[in-house]
Parts: sequence; structure tokens; C-alpha cells
Amino acid sequence: MADHAATHDVHDPNIGNTGLDHRKMGMWAFLGSDCMFFGSLIGTYLAYKGKSISGPTPHDVFDIPLTSYSAALLLASSLTMVLALAALQDNRVKVAAGWLLATAAMGLHFVLNQVYEFWTFVHHHDLMLSTSLFGSTFFVLTGFHGAHVTGGVIWLLLLVSLAWRGKLDRRDYTKVEIAGLYWHFVDIVWIAIFTIIYLIP
Amino acid sequence: MATHAAFMPGAKVEAPTFWGAVASWLTTVDHKRIGILYGSSAFIFFLIAGTEALIMRLQLARPDNTLVSAQTFNELFTMHGTTMVFLAIMPMSAAFFNYMIPLMIGARDVAFPRLNALSYWIFISGGLFLHVSFLAKAVPDGGWFGYANLTSHQFSPTHSIDFWMFGLQILGISSMLAGFNFLVTIINMRAPGMTLMRMPVFIWMSFVTQFLIVLAFPAITVALILLMFDRFFGTLFYSPAAGGDPLLWQHLFWIFGHPEVYILILPAMGIVSEVLPTFARKPLFGAPVIIYSGITIGFFGFGVWSHHMFSVGMGPVADAAFSITTMLIAVPTGVKILNWLCTLWGGSIRFQTPLYFSLGFIAMFTMGGLSGVMHASPPVDLQQTDTYFVVAHFHYVLFGGSIFGLFSGAYYWWPKITGKLLDERLGKLHFWLMMIGFNVTFFPQHYLGLIGMPRRIYTYAGDLGWNFWNLVSTIGAFTIALSFLVFIANVIKTARAGQVASADPWDGRTLEWAIPSPPPVYNFARVPEVHDRDDFWLQKHGDGHGGAPRPKPAPVTAAEIAAIHMPSSSYWPVLLALAMAMMISGLLISMYQVIVGGLLTLFLMYRFAMEHHRPPDGHGH
Amino acid sequence: MIARIVTRLDWTRLGLLGAVLLLASACSAVGWNWDTPMSTVIPKSDFGKVTHGIFMLISWWTLGIFIVVEAALVYACWRFRERPGAPIPKQVHGHTVLEISWTIAFAVVLLIIAIPTIRVIFKTQEAPAATALRVDVSGKQWWWEFRYPQQKITTANELHLPVGQTVSFALNAPDVIHSFWIPQLGGKRDVVPHRVNHITLTPEVPGEYHGQCAEYCGMSHANMRFRVIVHEPAEFEKWVKAQQAPPADSPDALAQQGKTLFSQSTCVGCHAITGISAGHIGPDLTHFASRKTFAGSLMATTPDNLTKWIENPEHMKPGALMPNLGMKGEQSKALAAYLLSLK
Repeated sequence: MADHAATHDVHDPNIGNTGLDHRKMGMWAFLGSDCMFFGSLIGTYLAYKGKSISGPTPHDVFDIPLTSYSAALLLASSLTMVLALAALQDNRVKVAAGWLLATAAMGLHFVLNQVYEFWTFVHHHDLMLSTSLFGSTFFVLTGFHGAHVTGGVIWLLLLVSLAWRGKLDRRDYTKVEIAGLYWHFVDIVWIAIFTIIYLIP
Repeated sequence: MATHAAFMPGAKVEAPTFWGAVASWLTTVDHKRIGILYGSSAFIFFLIAGTEALIMRLQLARPDNTLVSAQTFNELFTMHGTTMVFLAIMPMSAAFFNYMIPLMIGARDVAFPRLNALSYWIFISGGLFLHVSFLAKAVPDGGWFGYANLTSHQFSPTHSIDFWMFGLQILGISSMLAGFNFLVTIINMRAPGMTLMRMPVFIWMSFVTQFLIVLAFPAITVALILLMFDRFFGTLFYSPAAGGDPLLWQHLFWIFGHPEVYILILPAMGIVSEVLPTFARKPLFGAPVIIYSGITIGFFGFGVWSHHMFSVGMGPVADAAFSITTMLIAVPTGVKILNWLCTLWGGSIRFQTPLYFSLGFIAMFTMGGLSGVMHASPPVDLQQTDTYFVVAHFHYVLFGGSIFGLFSGAYYWWPKITGKLLDERLGKLHFWLMMIGFNVTFFPQHYLGLIGMPRRIYTYAGDLGWNFWNLVSTIGAFTIALSFLVFIANVIKTARAGQVASADPWDGRTLEWAIPSPPPVYNFARVPEVHDRDDFWLQKHGDGHGGAPRPKPAPVTAAEIAAIHMPSSSYWPVLLALAMAMMISGLLISMYQVIVGGLLTLFLMYRFAMEHHRPPDGHGH
Repeated sequence: MIARIVTRLDWTRLGLLGAVLLLASACSAVGWNWDTPMSTVIPKSDFGKVTHGIFMLISWWTLGIFIVVEAALVYACWRFRERPGAPIPKQVHGHTVLEISWTIAFAVVLLIIAIPTIRVIFKTQEAPAATALRVDVSGKQWWWEFRYPQQKITTANELHLPVGQTVSFALNAPDVIHSFWIPQLGGKRDVVPHRVNHITLTPEVPGEYHGQCAEYCGMSHANMRFRVIVHEPAEFEKWVKAQQAPPADSPDALAQQGKTLFSQSTCVGCHAITGISAGHIGPDLTHFASRKTFAGSLMATTPDNLTKWIENPEHMKPGALMPNLGMKGEQSKALAAYLLSLK
């Protein structure tokens, strides 16, 4: 050990003594926390399910085909995210950037679908935040998920921008990997929301 | 990257100018400095909250008193509770997490030094935001627990609840960021050979606390978001008229709130678990059991929350279930006390100030824990909840427990942090005044609760038998205040002319005592190798079973020191915290401020993330 | 000078002495009078008695544990204090059998507490018998409304009950969460908007008891009190009949003046007096003067208090929702006289 300490300290400061990257571990910790966050919101939705005293019901407003398409988009985007990482691993930066852009684009499409969905609820069904418990719980839960997706899209676009400017390569694998972890998490939360809120009657 | 030349022994360091010093504190990412920032801020907030308590006690010293109005009193108990929990005890614990965790695990800093600084600056902006409410004449008055639907716009039309709501959200972000940081630090940055079971018990308790923080705060984050949407956007989450259930708030709040009380006590338990072995000169009795108890408490702490709700009418099945889980969790909590007792038993006890406070902790926490067992029985609790009996209970565990434990840590680690030992005589005076004052204040409150005095009342009638002991309680409160003056005098005296401390003034057992007092910026010249729990003690004294002491390592060379890389200062954390404060306070001022603040926040987050993206010296960070 | 005194005294010995004196005075029970109007430990109902039983059980066990632990702590500090020149003590790491034993012992004590606890939880939340007296309690900022649906009585702030008969309370609040608590008759139950909670008890001793809201509910939470009068059955029937009777019509001139003023003022929008007004926001005043206290039992029902209240409610009770109608002098006196005639 003594002779190791005498040489110049070249180890990667991001890798800990367990061999794991700090940033990945930090992202996992954050995702654990975010699980509790969405769990509380989903719990609130379930507590109030069927308890609205007026206003449109889920059955009245949900467009299952559209939201299924959105779910498929997110699932596909998780695939393109994995492909981006695989490309980056091989230092094929432009290819990786392409896959990241595809991921971001699908995420953006998801958010736009959601904006459209909210718009039809408000204008065609008179369902707003203040209409009923359903309105309140639905918009807040899915809205915060959409905000998470939006944050992810911005993050991905920033990574794409860095790649195009030659500032991203295989050395940054972990940084892109943690964006991937976040993205997969957001996707999984959507699966849960889609199932619990949209599919289960 | 900080230049290495500055670390070389004999290197000339220019004395900083005043503004240079301010800049260096604003941009520091050194965990030790951040710890000092947390500690000093927490102490100031503690004094503020203590003053709020003194005013309340003056009001309650006599029946039908008119010292303060009903509105003022309601604001006082709200701010006292909120400040003590979020701005005094939690950040005081954070001070110790920050300063001591890297030292005790043999690390040079935390995993994310800039995130660490960011946590502090967000914390202080949250604390200031909450107190700006005084200037805005809209002081929170919904209680520290803010029960819906009293907090709805209908029943709380002013901005007072908004200050509370946003203040807590800001503080929650600060705590969670720090939680992620310490989790990664403890898992990933322990010195070679320090397995989880060889970690000091303070680290273990802190470790469990971080898990509690990151998993419990989201519940209150959601509760507060729902409240914010109700108040600002007309949602119906807590609106009974629309079918909403005010109890939703209580469930979400206490799902956070119960783990929160373990967040408040576990660090103090960790401190006591370090101080007792040091001053009894014996290892912690049953250290693995104490560790497993801590883990068990952390885990099952999520299963007891509705014992705060026994009077709301959840029905007998829920009442019974939560009563059972609450009694179950009393077991690991209680046996720790016996472990600590057995640490003292058979020891060679040196009575110095840090030990006094730890002994006070054991004595007072035992009492608080036992009154807690009473509350675990719903029928009994129905007489005790919302009375001064429960006020007595939680002050025994939070003051008699947490505060005494934190002071024990303060006296214990003061020489390590400042290089000077606090005066022993003043320390003992502080202890006895605080011990006696504390008991005079809070012991009679058990009685007051049992003879029917409810809590959160600004006055009471004079014919109910409550007068005398309320007066006594007030006298006790001022005795506590006096004890703090003694502590402050001690701090000042020590700063001016205190006894210089060696690296290891207490003959300690853990790694922080192996380095100078105060430590150099890099903590350890050479990262230590650990072979056991209490490795440092074993190096000094051997294992007590006849084995020879561990061979001392070779002296550190200048080349080793030159090779150390420490993270450089950064101004992004303080700027980002300011932008976030601007954005959130804009919610009470103008939408433009929110938008500008929000854009600024996004921009600064980007710059923060990019600061070390392609650094010139080639170290990808 | 002070510094010199401070540093010269042996604070340890002084502190110990102080603590011992304190403990002694605490134990002497001087000033620990338990028979006070809101005491929880001298129960006067079945509900109160059964919970008190568990309270005493837990108290004895916790007292025992307390004495053992604190005594062991003090003893250990004395016996194992460092002697000069003492060697490092034996480095004991634990004792598995001991640790398991005390864990089991503690768990057994908790079991002893848990079993009667669970039993009492279910027993005290059983549905009441059909013969129970029904009282609907409505907690409002910051007073109490009591309705007896079987007797068709509505009153406020003063609850009358017959001794020996089970009473089943249905609790509701139209505004925020309150808590219904009569300490001498048992534990509390929260009063939650849009939810009906229940509490059942049988008062066993006639007398006058105090109740108070026990959940922070805003500005005048401290002033949201009520009285409970437990009668012999015959007395209770008399009270019921009196409450069911139409309001008194006093011939007193001032009272008549007040009656006219009342009927013509906005008072009628909030208050009900049978045959005169039907407001339901404030307390029913039909038999106002039969109650010894008013304004959430904050004040005694006297001409002086009543006049001051009518003239400026907010001044007497912070945050009071009864508006200041600008009644002064003759007007307030007349109204007071009228209200005081409503026995």
C-alpha cells in the first residue's frame, strides 16, 4: 500500500472503493426517492378513485388508443436509449447522438400527446384541476410525470448538443448511462400509471 | 484543482482579506467548512426558536394572560416547532454528518463536494425564506404540522401558510440532496478494509438516517404539493365539500413525520455510541446489535405513522395494527439503552463534559421513551394525545435526547474541529443548568397533561388547577436559557484563550483522532487501512487479549502530500441556490420572477453540471 | 468576578445536589393534586374507567423500568468511575445471552400491555345499544352545537346527560378538524369535516364537567370549551322538557325591546330562536339563559359579559366569527336582557 501512495494519484475520483461509480449510485438513490414520490401521488389517486361527487368520470374522458400509443412511444424510446449507450460504448459518437435524439424526439412526442390529451379534457369534457377529485388527482399525477419526461428530454437534448460539438465521447459513458437510468425509470413509472389509472376500471 | 504547493509543510499562505475570506466561505466545497456553516446557522436558528419558546412560556406562566395575542401565540408555536425540527436539530446533525463522516470513514471529502455546498446554500435560503415571513407580517400559524383543512385558502387566507409551505419544500430539497450525497459517500468512500460492520456506530446511525431522509421526505413533498395546488390552483385534495378527505394530509404528513423523528434522534444516538466507549475506555457493548437495532428502527419506522392519528377515528382494526407496530418498534429502541448501560458497566469512566451530556441523554431519553410506550396504547393515548403529556414526551426525546446528544457531540468534537478544548468547568455548569432547567420545565408538563391541559392553547382559565406548575415550567425555561448563555460564554472564552488540543485529547477509538486538530484540508495525508472496528484504539493499545499493538505505519512523505488532489472551490452552488430562492419566492411576488428565476435555475444547473466536464488537467470529473 | 466564582465552584457536586433536591421535591407529590376539573385520572364514566385501568397498568411497568434503568445508570457511574492509575478495563464486546434475554423480557412486558390494549380498543368502539341516548355533536369555529335527535332539542356549549345511561355521540364538523374531549369522562375523538365519527360512553357520577376542543383549529382554539352536566335521570327529564318548551316570553320592557330588536336585526340570519328565527350559523338561542356559560363556554352568562360580547365579539374572543353589528348602549342592554330572559 505504501508504494501505491507514493505514485501520482491517477485513479478516477468518480469511482469509489466498491468499484462503483458515485454518480450511478447517486442516481439510484434519487430514483429510490422518486419512487416514494410517485408512490405517494399514485396512492392519492387510488384513495380518491370513485369518490368524485360530480364531473366526468375516467371512462368518459380516456382515449385509451392514444395513451397506448404514447406508452409504446416511451417503451420504444427506452430501446433507443439503450442503443445510444451501446453506440457510445464503441465510441461511435455521431450514431449515439442520433439514437439520443430519437429518444428525445419520442419523449417530446409523448409530452405533446399529453398536452393534447389535457387540452381535450379541458375543452371537450370540462374536466379541470378544480372540477372534481378525479380532475385534481389525474392532472397532478400525470402532470408531474410529464414534467419528469420534459426534464429528461431537455437533458437528452443537451447531451446531443454536447455530442455534436465534439464534447461527448466514450469517456462520458457514465454520464449518459445515468441519463439512461433516469429515462428508464420515467418509462417504468408510466407503465405503472398507465396500468393503474387508464387500464384498470 | 487546488494547487498542491499550498499543502506542502512550510508553504507560505497569505492571510486572506475580509472580502477574500467571505468569498472563500461562499465558494467552499470543503466538507469541514460546510459543517461549520451548518453548525453555526443551526445554532442561531436554535436561539431564535428558543426565544419563541420563552415568550410562549411567559404567556402561559399565568392564566388568562395577555402578554401576547392569540394570533401571535399561534405563530410562535408554529415557528418554534418548525424552526427547531427543520432549522435547528436537522442542520445540527448535518453539521456533524458533514464534518465527521469523511473523517470517521477515512475519506478526504464527500462523494459530491459541490452538491454538498449546494445543500447548505439551499438550506440557508429556506431558513431565511421562512423567517422573511416575519418581515412580511405573514408568519405561519397553522402549527408545525399544518393540518388540512385549516391550511386551506378558506380558513387561512393570508400568505402565512404559503411561507411555511414553500419554506419546507426548499428545506426538503436541501435535505434530500445531502441524503444522496452521504449515502454514496458512506457506501463508496470508506477506507480500504473498513467493511460495513467495521464502520463506527455514528456512521451507521447516520447511514440509516440518510435512507430515512431520501425515502420519507417525498411524502411530505407530495403533501405540500397537493396543498399548494389547493391553495393556488383550486384543486380539491383537502376539500371536504368536494369529497376530499382532510385525513389525506395527516397520512402523508405522518408517513414522513414518523421517520422524521427517527431522523432527529438517530444521529444523537450515534454520537452517544461514540462518546460512551471513549470515556468508559471500553468498546460499545453489543455494537452489532445496536447497528441492527438502528436498521430495524429505520425500516419499521415506516410502519407506525398512524399512531399520531389514534383520535381521528380510523376504526379499531387500524388502531390495533398501529398500536402493535408501535410497541414492536419500542423493543429495538429500548434495548439500545441497556447496551449503553453495559458499555459503562465495568469501565473506567472519566467524567468530562462530553460524557455528562451523553449520560443526560440516556437518563432523559429513557423517560421520553417510556412515556412514548404509554402513547402506544390507543385507549390511553386518547387521554394523552393533544395534551401537555405528549408535549412532555416529545421534549424528553427531542431535547433530553437529541439536543443533549448533539451537545455531547459538540463538546466531544470541538477540539478536533477548532483545535481547542472547551472549558471543563463552564461545560459542567452548562450541563447542570440545562439538566435541571430542562426537567423543571418539562417534567411538570406530564402532570399538566394528565390533569387535562390541552396543547396549542394561548391561554387557560385559572380555576383548573394548572396555574402553579405552568409558572414552574416557565422558570425552568429561563434556567435553560441561562445554560445557553454559559455555553456561549464558553465558546467565546475558548476562542480567545482556550486550551490548545492535541490530535487525540480523549484517547479516542475512531479514525478522526488519528489526524491533527484541526485537520488539514485533505484530512488524511495517507488514506488509512482499517482492520477492525475501533482500529485506531487497537493501534494504540492492542486488542486487550495479550496481542501486541498493531505496527504503526511509516511516516508520511512530502511526495505523498504533493500527490493529493482536493476539489477546487466553486461559485455555482451559491449562485444556483440563489436562483432557486428567487424562483420559489417569486410564487408569492410575481409570475415574472418565477419565470426568470426558473430559467436562471435551469441555466445554472447546466453550468454547474458542465463545470468539470472537460477540465484542463485532463481529469474527467 | 463572576468568572472567578464560576470557575472555582465544584459544579459537579452542586449539580448533583440540585438534581437530588429536585427529584425529592418531585417525589414528594406536594402540589400534585389529581382531583381537578379536567383530570384524566379520576374517571367518572365506564369508558374513562376502562382506559384508566390500562393507564395504571402501563404506569406501574414503566415506573418499574424507569427506576431500574436510572438506578443502574447512577450506580454504574459511581461504581466504575476512573480511579487514579487504573489500567484500561477489560474490553468486553457484548454478551449474547444477556442481550437476547433482555430483548425477550422487554417484548414480554409489551405483550402484557398489548393484550388488554387490543381488547379495550375493540370493546370501546363497539356499536352502542339501541337504547343509547343519541347526541349529534357539531364542532364549529369556536363553539359546540349539541343536537338530540330523539328529543328534538338543539343547544350549544352545554351538554346535559343522564347518569347511568349510555350515550352515543355522532361527531361532525362543518369547517375544520376539531376534537371532542371531556377528560373526566374519557378520551377524545376528533371531529372531522365530511365524516361522522362516533364515541360512546356511560357517565357514572352526576356532576358538572369541563370539555375542550383538543385539536388546533385556528385563532380561538384555546377558547373552544364546553360544559357537561350529568343529571340524575329525573332531573335530566326535567331539563329535556324545559328545552323542548317554546321560548320564554318575558313581560319585562327591556326584554321586549330586545326581542323586537333581535327580530329586526341581522341576528336572525345566524341564530335560531323557535318561532322567531331559523338561522343555523351561530348557536341556537331558544334557551340561551338556561346555560351557565356562553361563547364556547368562555364566559359566564352574566349581563355584563353578555353586553360586552354583543358590543364587540372580537374583542372578547379573538377571531370570533360573530360580526360586530354596531350595537351599543341601550341596544346591547336590551338584547342582553332579552337573551337572559330565554331560560
